[in-house]
Amino acid sequence: MIIVNMTVNGNHIELGVGDEETLLETLRQRLGLTGTKQGCDLGDCGSCTVLLDGQPVLSCLTLAADADGHEITTIEGLAHGGELHPIQRAFHEAGAVQCGFCTPGMVLTAKALLDTHPHPDRTTIRGALSGNLCRCTGYVKIVNAVENAAKVYPHNCVERAQ
Amino acid sequence: MKTTPFNYIGKPHLRIDGVAKVTGDAQYTDDIHLPGTLVGKMLRSPHAHALIRNIDVSKALALPGVKAIVLGKDAPILFGILPRAEDENALAIDKVRYVGEPVAGVAAFDERTALEALKLIEVEYELLPAILDPHEALTREDVKIHHFSEVANIERRATLEFGNVDEGFAAADYIREDTFYKGAITHAPIETHVALANYRDGKMTLWTTTQVPHYVHKALSRVLEMPMDRIRVIKPTLGGGFGGKGEPFSFEFVACLLSRKCGRPVKIVHTREEVFMTHRGRHPMHMKLRTGVKKDGTITALEFHNLLDGGSYGSYGLVTLYYSGQLLTLPYILPAYRFDGVRVFTNKPACGALRGHGGVGPRFAFEVHLDRIAADLGLDPLEIRQKNSLKANTMTLNDLRITSCGFEECLEKAGKAIGWEEKRGKLPRGRGVGLAGGGYVSGANNAIYFNPMPHSSVNISVDRGGGVTVFCGASDIGQGSDTMLALVAGEILGISPALIRVISADTDTTPVDLGSYSSRVTFMAGNACRTAALAVREKIGSVVAAQLGVPKESVVIADGIVSGQGYAGMSFTFAQAVVLAESQGMALYASGGYTPPKLGGKYRGAGVGPSPAYSFGAHAAEVQVDEETGIVTVLRLVAAHDLGRTLNPLAAEGQVEGAVANGLGEVLMESHTNTGSGQHSCPSLLEYKIPTMLDLPDIEPILVESFDPEGPFGAKECGEGSLGPSIPAVVNAIYDAVGIWLHDAPITPEAVLAALKKERMR
Repeated sequence: MIIVNMTVNGNHIELGVGDEETLLETLRQRLGLTGTKQGCDLGDCGSCTVLLDGQPVLSCLTLAADADGHEITTIEGLAHGGELHPIQRAFHEAGAVQCGFCTPGMVLTAKALLDTHPHPDRTTIRGALSGNLCRCTGYVKIVNAVENAAKVYPHNCVERAQ
Repeated sequence: MKTTPFNYIGKPHLRIDGVAKVTGDAQYTDDIHLPGTLVGKMLRSPHAHALIRNIDVSKALALPGVKAIVLGKDAPILFGILPRAEDENALAIDKVRYVGEPVAGVAAFDERTALEALKLIEVEYELLPAILDPHEALTREDVKIHHFSEVANIERRATLEFGNVDEGFAAADYIREDTFYKGAITHAPIETHVALANYRDGKMTLWTTTQVPHYVHKALSRVLEMPMDRIRVIKPTLGGGFGGKGEPFSFEFVACLLSRKCGRPVKIVHTREEVFMTHRGRHPMHMKLRTGVKKDGTITALEFHNLLDGGSYGSYGLVTLYYSGQLLTLPYILPAYRFDGVRVFTNKPACGALRGHGGVGPRFAFEVHLDRIAADLGLDPLEIRQKNSLKANTMTLNDLRITSCGFEECLEKAGKAIGWEEKRGKLPRGRGVGLAGGGYVSGANNAIYFNPMPHSSVNISVDRGGGVTVFCGASDIGQGSDTMLALVAGEILGISPALIRVISADTDTTPVDLGSYSSRVTFMAGNACRTAALAVREKIGSVVAAQLGVPKESVVIADGIVSGQGYAGMSFTFAQAVVLAESQGMALYASGGYTPPKLGGKYRGAGVGPSPAYSFGAHAAEVQVDEETGIVTVLRLVAAHDLGRTLNPLAAEGQVEGAVANGLGEVLMESHTNTGSGQHSCPSLLEYKIPTMLDLPDIEPILVESFDPEGPFGAKECGEGSLGPSIPAVVNAIYDAVGIWLHDAPITPEAVLAALKKERMR
């Protein structure tokens, strides 16, 4: 048992984790944050993507113990007070969601991209999100969504920062 | 009642479950957690073909934390999606027929204990020779995968003949024969298969990742030997299906058996490897086509031989076999046609239904074959298709009734969009364009088992606040059927679809819809919903007309306001109208059902293929072929698809884009193969390549509307037929780019290089 102190969606959490426990297991099974999905448990599909200090990581390949001292953001941590995050809204409005299983991972990966590259072109978006598999959409509307989000995203961030 | 112009149909509508999905709120099966849930795991056969001599579970049962173990003998009743092919047990009893076949189920306190218990189960196998090659399966009498196969390992041979084939060939100016092979692929939904069973007070509740709650409900009743009214099947939010969750599966029975045995909830979550091992993927097809044509390209006769590698069980295979023959009469006029198909058993996972079921392999073969004929005769591939194109309001020679048909428009639009005139044969070497056509059913005319019920039923109830709830058994598997139902109900009732609640796919609360397969949901559930909503509107209309003293025909509902058109100032809000209607002594409620018309011929096999409407499509591809590496890059893919009417462009485009993406993966990347001993070569999403964002162009859908007379508001299917033509369009474009014909899909870089080498040696 390892004691882990981490911040999850802005909340400080202290809990004991097993030495083989993945961050995915901790989030889904211990913290009830089931928005993070398990699609392969092997790091192939990207559906378990969460942000660790703002960077996308595969929570199925991340040991919970390694999250000690870090800030974790899951899909549940994006919307503010009933207001969708601009990327969430863009995914919804662009028709980028079908079955939705890849969506949390896609949205978080997109957030990490837009936080560092506010105006990516379609090729950059495709590269950044290529580790997240989607079997439903053919990706067109996901790229559209990230493009659309980029148009409003920095503006919203600035607003929130003020 | 007056019909108003469309308020909502045809405009982009957001998914009613979209917010839940982008926030992580949507509850998929694995997200549901009941107190006291045990972890279920299944022991799987390591052998492709073996007799089970003995199973000893004593050590496993003695392991602390193990609560229950079930074996095949605990549920000996056979099941199978098709009544004529009930050949599976929940767990293997005497024999295993593929690597990964489940032989025992364990429920334990945690995953580690369950996995440990699996290791302690001792199974004594007696190995049998495994048949992995379908050609071998045709003739091996000494090895029988199933005892009921009369000849070798043949499950069924199907022959069809229409028109005078010999005369057709005699009348031809040119005859061409080709062989093709289309390999196995898998569905690869991102959500793996999951079941959560809870047996309480003599009642079973199963939450499961299924496209067909009704068929699961029925099969559970049979195998568990419990009446259907004691079983509830619920499909929570589903993370993709594509046919891979389209029939009852072992894990669903096993979760129920374990829960019944230990009286606690049991959840089984498939690992990705297990999904590969037990998949019901696309049938590999070995195909031979022979076609006669006139000099101008008019088809005079077609002969098609197909050998289907069915894997170890029946699954949907008989339907696949007949579909493969029957659907080849779309989208071209065939005056004479002969089909000879065989489905054999092999020691691999059973093959079943996958997006474009039955039609995709033959479509690939025929469209490339047709391009070869065009090339031989010096005809334009677009023109030969236009010349032979099916027309609206006709009957195919195998008695498929064609109502609406926008195929010619699809050809024209796809050709124009890709720049056919300017590009075909005119691009620099290495780059080329190709096109292909296709057609598909909007639902099967016949249910999987004979019954007199409607194929889809919808109940609509309206509460006193004016809230509308649609109840339907239809399974939203990601394609957006819940949103479609809200849209259809909203359109008829004149209230925003966003305000309508949909409760679907729960056998306790929703009336039966047969399921999400055969591209049937928009057509059938849409029609059922339309009928139910019209009945609700009728009730409201009568009451409001009487109250306002206006003619019933003048009552319209728009934007939530019920008014007498032409009678100024006379109106109610929808909620007020509902209260008024309720004051007549009954809650406001109505049902609607859809039963397809009686269609199809009288010959053996005529039951598979008839549909109340067919979609049509033409896809055009532009590719770049790297002659150094053999790598083919699809630069553009235009998909013109006749979907009758676009109910929701956002959803329809998404369906076409997704289907094309599947097709492009299928033609260039995906191959589900086994090793010589029947082990899986690529049971992960790393080894089995599905397209990533970097592998696909921005797919360009073109929605063509032919306004079907029987579809809901004129709509037809759009999510399956839009896969098929992508594959041959790419293959035909490769010929235009570098002058090679490829007859085996998937197209690997190695195959491209080998063909280029052969071409240079000529």
